[in-house]
Amino acid sequence: MRFSTLVRHIREGVKNVFRNGWMSFASMGSIVVSLFILGVFMLLALNVNKLADQVESQVQISVYLQLDTKQDKIDEINRIIGRIPEVKKVTFVSKEEGMRRLMESMDDSAKKALDGYENENNPLPDGFDVEVFEPQKVAYVAKQIEAINTTDADKPILGVKYGKGTVEKLFRITNAVRNIGLIIVAGLAVMAMFLISTTIKMTIIARRREIGIMKLVGATNSFIRWPFFVEGVLIGLVGSGLTSALLLYGYSRLIQSAQFDLGLMMIKFATVGEVGWFVTGTLLILGTLLGIWGSVVSVRKYLKV
Amino acid sequence: MIEMHDIWKTYPDGTTALQGVSVVIDRNEFVYIVGPSGAGKSTFMKLIYREEVPTKGQLSVNGFNIGKLKQRKIPYVRRNIGVVFQDYRLLPKLSAYENVAFAMEVIEAPKRTIKRRTMEALELVGLKHKAGSLPAQLSGGEQQRVAIARAIVNNPAVIVADEPTGNLDPETSWGIMKLLEEINFRGTTIVMATHNKEIVNTLRKRVIAIERGTIVRDEMRGEYGYEI
Repeated sequence: MRFSTLVRHIREGVKNVFRNGWMSFASMGSIVVSLFILGVFMLLALNVNKLADQVESQVQISVYLQLDTKQDKIDEINRIIGRIPEVKKVTFVSKEEGMRRLMESMDDSAKKALDGYENENNPLPDGFDVEVFEPQKVAYVAKQIEAINTTDADKPILGVKYGKGTVEKLFRITNAVRNIGLIIVAGLAVMAMFLISTTIKMTIIARRREIGIMKLVGATNSFIRWPFFVEGVLIGLVGSGLTSALLLYGYSRLIQSAQFDLGLMMIKFATVGEVGWFVTGTLLILGTLLGIWGSVVSVRKYLKV
Repeated sequence: MIEMHDIWKTYPDGTTALQGVSVVIDRNEFVYIVGPSGAGKSTFMKLIYREEVPTKGQLSVNGFNIGKLKQRKIPYVRRNIGVVFQDYRLLPKLSAYENVAFAMEVIEAPKRTIKRRTMEALELVGLKHKAGSLPAQLSGGEQQRVAIARAIVNNPAVIVADEPTGNLDPETSWGIMKLLEEINFRGTTIVMATHNKEIVNTLRKRVIAIERGTIVRDEMRGEYGYEI
């Protein structure tokens, strides 16, 4: 194909989009709606994943020992826990370390309340951080550790803590979001494709005369098809570009306004920088594919070349 | 140039338009196709520019076997055939120049050639000064001239004209006929279906009469032969 011919096809495709004003607008609209919902689900899924990561890293088991547990007892318990096959890592947390962590999690005014509890006045117990290989096994491992008390007459375990239930819930939510999102998006994508193909069908019908003349004077089939292809790609590209812009703008506003509230609950949103490229890229590719698909369908169906 | 041998054409709805038509039209001939409405004239024309395919029989145009032509070869055959219709079939949003240039653009001719050939064609039909006008701003005769310019711009070997004067008043029709004669004089074969008795009887050429799907008369310098 000559370069000037390619330029012509692109020019014609662009013209088609404008000539079909309302229909182009409608099919872009349907792309925007379907991809927007897809985008929302993507952002939701990305955030739930991030949250799951955060929680997963937090779902270590905290084991607290009786206040006056001796060093050899501590070592023994350390070994017992380490022998549980599901356990990945056991870290001893001294009461000094515990105090340091507590101070860290508080802001300056609250820290003052802890004044005087350092060093020998430290009321915290020694303990362990236990990490397991699979977050699903947390509850089981926690029970095993608690069971040490039944075999040991000293009952050295003061308490075992972990985020009961949160992990399981989170996994269920992630899966549900993913599945529901997929179904809705697939339906909407078919709708968008259908609208695009209808738009291009309109072009074809509106330009039957022109196409007839093109055929009559000896235009090749691919020459006739190209502008419709360009039209489909353009509708898809513009639609998905708009969606990405809209989605990311809305998302950044949402983060800004929700940051303070959710920050208190220790929930961190995925930042626009983290998800922007992924979301934009996916939407652009999907939108363009939808446009191509729509144009191919209608050209095959209505353009008997 | 155009050779038909025992051509039959039956449409999918069962109507038979042509029944065993055989004819040879040589290079540089000017042929009138006459006959009552519905006799098969239009089908005869459509077969030549491969709008329709014969149901049976052998047809070659310009050396191409039209009946056995592969789908993707069709465009290249059509580039050698100019077609002119009663209703001009111009694109309303394009100027006269653009309408003519369009026929060259779609076959991907180089830009400079397009410009030169388009202006030449418009000059030949006498509309160089109206190159920028839209079809709506032109008279019927002028529109048909633009259509003829479009038909000849790719230098076809044959021009197929289906009632080119059908919508025009007598005076304008004569202008169009003079133009077609000029094109024929320059070496292009012309096949023209017409109902215009005066033209056929005055501008004497070969006349092929089709009735009920068969050729009933084929005379050099013939007459129209019908009352209307």
